[in-house]
Amino acid sequence: MSREHVLHKVRTALGRSAGQPVEPPPPVHLSIAETRIEARIESFCARIEALAGTTHRAESPDDARNYVARVLNGRNAVASNAALLRQCGIPALAGVESGITGRARLRALCSTAACGITGADYALADTGTLVMLASVQEARMISLLPPVHIAIVERDRLLTGLDELLSILPRPAEQTSSMVLITGPSRTADIEQILVRGVHGPGEIHVVVV
Amino acid sequence: MSAVFDEKIHTTLADGKLQLAIYTATGRLIEKRRKAITPEGCPDYQELRTHANAVKRHTIEHLDYYLEEFARNVESHGGKVAFCKDAEEVADFVLRLAKERGATLIVKSKSMTTEEVDLNERLEHHHLESVETDLGEYIIQLAHERPYHIVAPALHKTREQVADLLTDRLGVPRETVIEKQTMIARAVLREKFLSADIGISGANFLVADSGAVVLVENEGNARLTTSAPKIHIAVAGIEKMIPRAQDLGVFLKLLGRSATGQPLTVYTSFLSGPRRGDEIDGPDEFYVVLLDNGRTKVLADREKRESLYCIRCGACLNHCPVYRKIGGHSFPWVYSGPIGAILTPQFLGVNHEPGLPFASSLCGACAEVCPVKIDIPKILLELRSEVKEAEQRQGANRLERIAFRIWAWVMRHPRVYELAGMAAASLAPTRDDGGWVRSVTSAIRPAPLRAWLSQRDLPPSPPKSFRQMWRER
Repeated sequence: MSREHVLHKVRTALGRSAGQPVEPPPPVHLSIAETRIEARIESFCARIEALAGTTHRAESPDDARNYVARVLNGRNAVASNAALLRQCGIPALAGVESGITGRARLRALCSTAACGITGADYALADTGTLVMLASVQEARMISLLPPVHIAIVERDRLLTGLDELLSILPRPAEQTSSMVLITGPSRTADIEQILVRGVHGPGEIHVVVV
Repeated sequence: MSAVFDEKIHTTLADGKLQLAIYTATGRLIEKRRKAITPEGCPDYQELRTHANAVKRHTIEHLDYYLEEFARNVESHGGKVAFCKDAEEVADFVLRLAKERGATLIVKSKSMTTEEVDLNERLEHHHLESVETDLGEYIIQLAHERPYHIVAPALHKTREQVADLLTDRLGVPRETVIEKQTMIARAVLREKFLSADIGISGANFLVADSGAVVLVENEGNARLTTSAPKIHIAVAGIEKMIPRAQDLGVFLKLLGRSATGQPLTVYTSFLSGPRRGDEIDGPDEFYVVLLDNGRTKVLADREKRESLYCIRCGACLNHCPVYRKIGGHSFPWVYSGPIGAILTPQFLGVNHEPGLPFASSLCGACAEVCPVKIDIPKILLELRSEVKEAEQRQGANRLERIAFRIWAWVMRHPRVYELAGMAAASLAPTRDDGGWVRSVTSAIRPAPLRAWLSQRDLPPSPPKSFRQMWRER
């Protein structure tokens, strides 16, 4: 391939030689505001609702489970292997499949399920964002293929925003091959700028803060 | 200006519906951006721009270092990096991999870089099915057209045109409700996602310290493209590099706001390598194709190197009074608007479309809204002088040179200047009501002058010149 060829052209263009060190880049620009947890939860929920998602502040794991059951309303769902979902008793709900570790089976279930239920590694208060790191606990497809996404977040996982996330996780690649930030339901405005939800990903998003 | 460029411009100007579509869409995008960068919505917006410019400058000035660091980190996570010097090498890379793996179906998420190298056409030529999955890109692919806008590729299509396309290409009953059109596309593309062998994405950013590809989108098609098939290939220009994952704090905030007025887009994916040991899903193979295709040529030019800072937000298109009139398809290459006007001559040579750097009023709106502060008007001026230098070398456009020599001579001789002014005033066409003369055409004889005047309105000649008034004061 052209690896050396391209690198050589880059160096020639810049007047640099192979292995020449670089001066340090400009300092990292992250600003993290101190915000109380109550204000964070309020902002997080308001942002999600502004994006046409629904939110619920659960007082207990049981409350969270009951809320999820109401959202499901008899529909079938795939749940991730997150410990939090087990603590809330989600796998025990009727119509919920969980404990899946095989890719083929997961994909088959997700492409027919009405709802996908996941946890979230973090949440960002100022944008209403869920942060999902792919792992044995969280598969990528559950929050992507079913038309409805239900996420349960622990309140102490609520960060102020992107900058705090990047200061906690300066190198996400050390933990996972895939970190995804989800801010509201899937949407498009590609035809005449008219907003349509649920074009490829879930068109409905429900978030429970426990 | 080439005849093709001229003709495309006039066709667009004459199409009332198209004019309205462009004006409305860009107007909405302007409004969304404006709301997103208010002091309440983004208190440190100007500071972020300054910082983004500094980070981009640093990265581009040391690009070789960051390319090597990036490649090392991709490989340490089990991915592979391929450097490609041009379009053919990118296509060859994909074709070879597809052949080795027995792949026949490829899904693609939106990528200007793959548009730049005509990847779909090259793959289809070798009997691979390559399907665009971004809704706008899918419509454009069905219509066999190029993107109209960097961010909103089907900006020029009306729901009626989309209805015709879907019926014609997919054989579905005619549907003019946009929600239903979207769901038709969803159903067709969902099948493709689930049976595709390879997913090809672009990259909004390449993160050197992580060996990661960052993708920003609203639909979810990029997530599906990069995690449903067993192979993910990201194709990116070498200039997409940023040094650290932490720099995303600056760039993500600017990109979403500048492009669509969103603090963060719906999905931001940070992808580094194939799925790891115990991860349940994701691709088994991960490749990053790093493309030169003329970028090192731009890099070698100290004055215009900053063209490579671009993060493809499209804000300069929306705010450009020229783009808003002549639209995306008048431009001679895949990149349109002000950024297209500076990238095209640098990638393809100034002779590709000599009129391009001149198709600007130099109003400066592009530079004002650019999130990474590229001085587009300055680069346009540099390119104009390159076009003129090339003409001089080729001995072309002699008439213009003579005209400017005469002009310069007249300007240096006050008496002659005054006489010329009087002559022009007496010869200029007038209107009986003393108003402006619109589009001076028939009366003027010399062809170059006629062409110039046909695009301009002429004010009524005043009864007295400034010099006369000054003498009589």
